[in-house]
Parts: sequence; structure tokens; C-alpha cells
Amino acid sequence: MTSTTPAPAPAPSFDPRVLKAPHPVPGAPNNWRRFLSFNTDAKVIGLQYMITALFFLLVGGLLSMIMRGELITPAADLVDPSVYNGLYTMHGTVMLFLFLFPILNGFNNLLIPPMIGAPDMAFPRLNAAAFWMVPVFGVILMASFLVPGGPSGAGWWAYPPQSIQNPLGHFLNGQFLWILAVALSGISSIMGAVNFITTIIRMRAPGMGWFRMPIFCWTAVAAQAIQLIGLPVLTAGAVLLLFDLSFGTSFYRPEGGGDPMLYQHFFWFYSHPAVYVMVLPVFGIFSELFPVYARKPLFGYHVVAIASFAITFLSLIVWVHHMFYSGTPQWMRNLFMVTTMLIAVPTGIKVFAWIGTLWGGKLRLTTAMLFCLGGVFNFIFAGITGIMLATVPVDIHVGNTYFVVGHFHTVIFSTITYGVFAGIYHWFPKFTGRMMYEGLGKLHFLLTFIGSQLTFLPMHAAGLLGMPRRVASYDPEFAFANVLASLGAFLLGVATIPFLLNLVSSWVRGEKAPPNPWHAIGLEWLLPSPPPAENFEHDVPTVVSGPYGYGLGRPLVEHEERYVAKAAKAGATP
Amino acid sequence: MTSLNPAPTEVPVHGEHAGHGDHTLTGFVIFLLSESVIFLALFAGYAIYKTSSPLWLPPGVEGLEVAMPLRFTVVLVSSSGVIYLAERALHRGRLRQFRAWWLLTMAMGAVFLVGQGLEWAALPFGLGDGVYGASFYLLTGFHGLHVLTGVLLMGLMLARSFRPGNYDAGSVGVTAVSLFWHFVDVIWVVLFALIYVWQR
Repeated sequence: MTSTTPAPAPAPSFDPRVLKAPHPVPGAPNNWRRFLSFNTDAKVIGLQYMITALFFLLVGGLLSMIMRGELITPAADLVDPSVYNGLYTMHGTVMLFLFLFPILNGFNNLLIPPMIGAPDMAFPRLNAAAFWMVPVFGVILMASFLVPGGPSGAGWWAYPPQSIQNPLGHFLNGQFLWILAVALSGISSIMGAVNFITTIIRMRAPGMGWFRMPIFCWTAVAAQAIQLIGLPVLTAGAVLLLFDLSFGTSFYRPEGGGDPMLYQHFFWFYSHPAVYVMVLPVFGIFSELFPVYARKPLFGYHVVAIASFAITFLSLIVWVHHMFYSGTPQWMRNLFMVTTMLIAVPTGIKVFAWIGTLWGGKLRLTTAMLFCLGGVFNFIFAGITGIMLATVPVDIHVGNTYFVVGHFHTVIFSTITYGVFAGIYHWFPKFTGRMMYEGLGKLHFLLTFIGSQLTFLPMHAAGLLGMPRRVASYDPEFAFANVLASLGAFLLGVATIPFLLNLVSSWVRGEKAPPNPWHAIGLEWLLPSPPPAENFEHDVPTVVSGPYGYGLGRPLVEHEERYVAKAAKAGATP
Repeated sequence: MTSLNPAPTEVPVHGEHAGHGDHTLTGFVIFLLSESVIFLALFAGYAIYKTSSPLWLPPGVEGLEVAMPLRFTVVLVSSSGVIYLAERALHRGRLRQFRAWWLLTMAMGAVFLVGQGLEWAALPFGLGDGVYGASFYLLTGFHGLHVLTGVLLMGLMLARSFRPGNYDAGSVGVTAVSLFWHFVDVIWVVLFALIYVWQR
């Protein structure tokens, strides 16, 4: 080395610490193109997740429109029954693996680092890799419309023996692509879970003990722990399925000594808790938003935090309730009936905490708050029908009917997706720097609320009367309920128009957002909107109190006014 | 520039403002927990088939030969000790010694893989021979894939150790790979007990 060269930085790409450097991709563009690039900024990745997920919400919604179109008359006249099987398989898979998981990972990426005062996720490149697997498996899944035989018709649960038949004999078939997509989704989610948990354990701001963390972070750890424990089991089950389908093994073939029931155990061991992977972050969103819009501290913060982990634990020991009518022995049914019902305790604690927070509060009915109230309202209803379904005799009676379809759509759409909408309306200003239009938002809420009741309540009724699920045609006695449900579903389709209009027009030319438009408490609201690349950069605040001190008049961090002034100044300069 | 140059300080280090140490290992340990769940699920499946499947061993198959796999098991398990020696040498700043032990660990892993290949080639049943064949090849194959991954990762670390200026004592990568290797060994011991010892 000659003396004329300046002191060089020794090969940084081999320093293990570079792995933690926030944005090691040089020359990443700083305009809309960054959303199409391999960017390692958690805020960009978060929005990438969200945009991808919303795209697939439209795809999944379109599939459901076709199904409801088919079901508006008793006969199978719009699509034939095998196409219908493909439609509901793809609708379920798309909505879960390509809409809900990605959009909640979007929230995690956008919210966890600023909420805990971290500059970024613990492993930015792993984060980007986990995201880019989403469009890849999205394309793989969509490709099943093009392969011979079309998409898998075995449902999103893909039970053998149906799912290990390959009547056309092509290696590349819809079921193969389905398994590939789900396995990739599992790997991507495990990568995400490692990243989120490590970030929360390791990268909290000084002074932020576990019991000063926002509930959203608690629920994120609780939900991601389920991903870590449950997803490997689903992935193992899916790999065995792939072997049976494509390589002639007998894991699930009774003629070779295998057992199709084992798949159901593998599948539901994850796929029941998966509901909590989705609903826990939404509980987190409710717990964040109620204190803001009721101007009161979260009622029972500690209990709510701990209840999240109780839900994680219980969710992992309830899976057999999906198999009450699959030849499960009676003692096992009784055992899992009890564990399933126990889940009502921690979830009930949360509901009471929200009601306690609202009680005597000064409510501000913004769009976000309306979605929260609507979501909790629907969740209480879904909780009651959930207890009904946990009861073995009731479940055996209605388990394969539209009652179940109504129940889980009330959870997955009318609770989880409401929470997602609430989160979008609440944090949109923070991450785009623009306010959303409240008028369009309220229209969206109104149409969604009416639409979802009109869609899912008649399903409960039809199910109680005995209408089976997974059918393209039905007995004319269920026609009235189905007409209502279809009209409701089309209303939900219409409701996305003001929502998308709002998203696009607000982002392009909405009013500039101040750092803290809702006067909320939390580290993310001490940052300018949108936050700078590394959040607090080198000026990380020291947290001195819990996250929900509404009306208590105590500061959240040391020298709070300094951060407020800084954020306001950063917002003022264009 | 010496080969034991400390890491550059210009690279921003995050996460340490909270007084926490390195988080790479935290993440890696969490990942290993998840991996162990996959193996647990597969072990549970194996145990269920073993105890309740109406068709277990393929016709004409009595059981597995234990002596040969036991020898390769000894090689694999003792490599856990060797990798420890490698890590200790690195912590003491003895890079050459580290490379020697590290290379020996790789070789032992490779010997195990070759042994597994030979065993597979000699077995009288295949992947399609009922649930026994499927479970046997899936379990040993999935574990073998982990051994292979471990050997490849070790090769990567070895190659890195020849790049000047970045091998400070106690490299995180080396610690992570050696954790992975211990994990793979422990899994093999359970797997060996499940498949070869529990035959009757």
C-alpha cells in the first residue's frame, strides 16, 4: 500500500457488522422507483409489503365476487363446480398468504423500529429478501391458473387424499404450485419472525423496558412467536404433501401405511394459530388507537400485554377443534374443547380493557376510530359464535356449514381487516407525510360496515338451517340468504372504490401531515412525517414513562420538547 | 495490514445504544429454535407411524444395520469437540490453528455424508416403499441436507479467514456456524436413537 492513498476502509463487505448497517445497497433511488427496487430501508419494505398486499386484496376480492355471483342463484350456472373449487381454494390462499400476512408484516416493518426507537430492523437485508419472496410466490400461485387442470381445487387446507391426486399426470399442476407457494411463504415468514423478534429484544431505545413498550410491539412478539413455532410444522406437512403428490411416497396414503390424518394435525397445528398471528397485531392496533381517540390511558396495560402471550400459548394447543368431525377420539375432543374455550379468557380480558379505555373517554370518531369500534363490535359477535363452535356437539352439527364460513369471515374480515383499515387510516400520515381524506374514509367505513353485516349474517343463518359450505349450487330454500350475502359482498366490492381513491389521491396531493396529527403518545409521533431514513439517527431519546400517559401530564421521553420542536422544524422545511 | 485488524469503526453500528450486544447471534438462536420445531414435527410423525401404522417395514426388510451408521455417528459427534477447539483457537487469536481444526471439522462432516451415501446405496428399499421408506429417507435426507449446509457454511468461513483485515477474534459468523453444527449433531443423536436404536 503506498503512502499517497488515503487511509482506506478495510474491506467493509466482510465485516460482520456490515450486516447490520442499515442500507448497504448503494445508489438506491429516492423516488417512487425505490418501491420497485431491492431496498433495505424498513420503511420502504413496509410500504412494499402494503402495496403488494393491497393488490392481492383486490385479486382475492375479485375471486370472491365471482363466487358470490355464482351463489346468487341456487343452480351452478355461472361457473362449473370444479372451477368453483379452484376459486375458493385460491380466494382463501390469496387472502391469507398474500393479503393478510404481508400487510401485517408491512405494519411490523413500518411501526416496530420507530415505536422502539430503533433505526431499522435488526437484519435489513434478510428483511428485503423476506419481502421479495412475497411477489415471487404470488406469481407462482397465480401461475396455477395457466397450468393444465387449473388451480388446485382442494381448498386452502389441501387435505389429502384429494390434494395428492394428480389425475392429469402433469408434474406442473395447480396443487404442486400451491404447495410451492405455501412453503415459500412459510420460509419468508420465518425469516420475518426472526427479524422482528430480534429487533424488539435487542434494539429498544434506552429506558424502554418491556413494560414501557407499546402493546403493538407486545402483540408483534406474541404473533411472531407463533410463526416461529407453528410455521415449521406447516412447512414440514407441506413438504410431505409435495413428496406424496410428486414423488410417489406414502406419508398420507393409507395403501402404503400412511395416514391422511397426520396432515390434518400438521396443517391445523399451524393454521389455527395463524388466526392469532393475524388477530394479535390487530389487537395491538386496537390497543394503540383506543387510547389516542378516547384520550385515556389504556385500561389494564400490564394485563393486556401478558394476555397476548397467554393467547400465544393457548393458540398452540387448540388445533384439534378443526378435526372434531374427522374421526377424532372422544377424549381428545373433550380436551380440545376445553383448551379452545380457554382462549376466550385472554381475549375477553382484552375486550374488557378496550371497553374500560373507552369508558368515560372523550371519543373522537375519526375513520380509524370508527373502524376500531366496528372491528371490536364484530369481534364480540365472532367470539360468541366461536365459543359455540368450540362446543363439540354444536361443531359436529354446523362445522361443515355456512355457519363456519360466516364465523371465520367475521373474524378475518370484519375484525382483522377492519383493524388493518384502522391502522392504515391512523398511520398513513406518518409514513407518507400526507393526510387522508376523512370524508372518503367515512364513506368507506359506512359501506364496509353495512356490506360486511349484509354478507356474513345471512351466512350464519343459512348455515344454522343446514346449507353446506364449499358448494357451487344449493337447495332453493337457502336462496334468500344467499341473495342477501351476494348483495352484501358486491357492496363490499363497491366499498373498495372510495378506499383506493382515497389512498391514491391522498398520497399524490393530500394535505401535508404534521408530525403528530392525532396528538398521540409514542416514539413514532416524535418523528417528522415521514420519518427520516434512520428514525432518530444518533439522537435516540431516553424513554422515561409508559406509552399511554394520556391526561397524566407526564413526558414520554427525556427532553420531549426538544424532539417535538425538531420534528416540527423538519416538517416545516419542504 | 495484519490479518487480525479490528473491524472498521466508520460502519455505523446500531442496536448498541440500548446497551445490548450483538444481535446476530440472538437472531440465529431464534432461527435454530424454529428449525428444531421442524425436526420435532418430523420426529413426532415418525413415532406415530412407528407405533400405529398397519404397514411399517416393507416386505422382506427386517431392520437396519446399526454397526456402520454407529461409526459415522461417532465421527459426527466427535466433530462437535473439534469445532469447539477451532473456535477456542480463534478466540485466542491463533488463526492457523483455527483453520486446521476448522478444516478437520469440515472433513469429518464430509466423511459422515459419504457414509450416509454409502448406506443409502446399499439399502434394499427405496423412497416409494411405503411409509417406512419415505420416513427413513426424508428424515436422514433432511438431516444430511443440514450437514451439507454446515460444511458449505464452514467453507465460506474458511475462505473468509484468508481475506485480510476482517478476522477479529471471535468472529460472529464462526460462532453462529459452530452453534449450527452442535445443533445438527444433537439432532442426529436423537434421530439415530429414533431410527436405529428403536427398531423393535
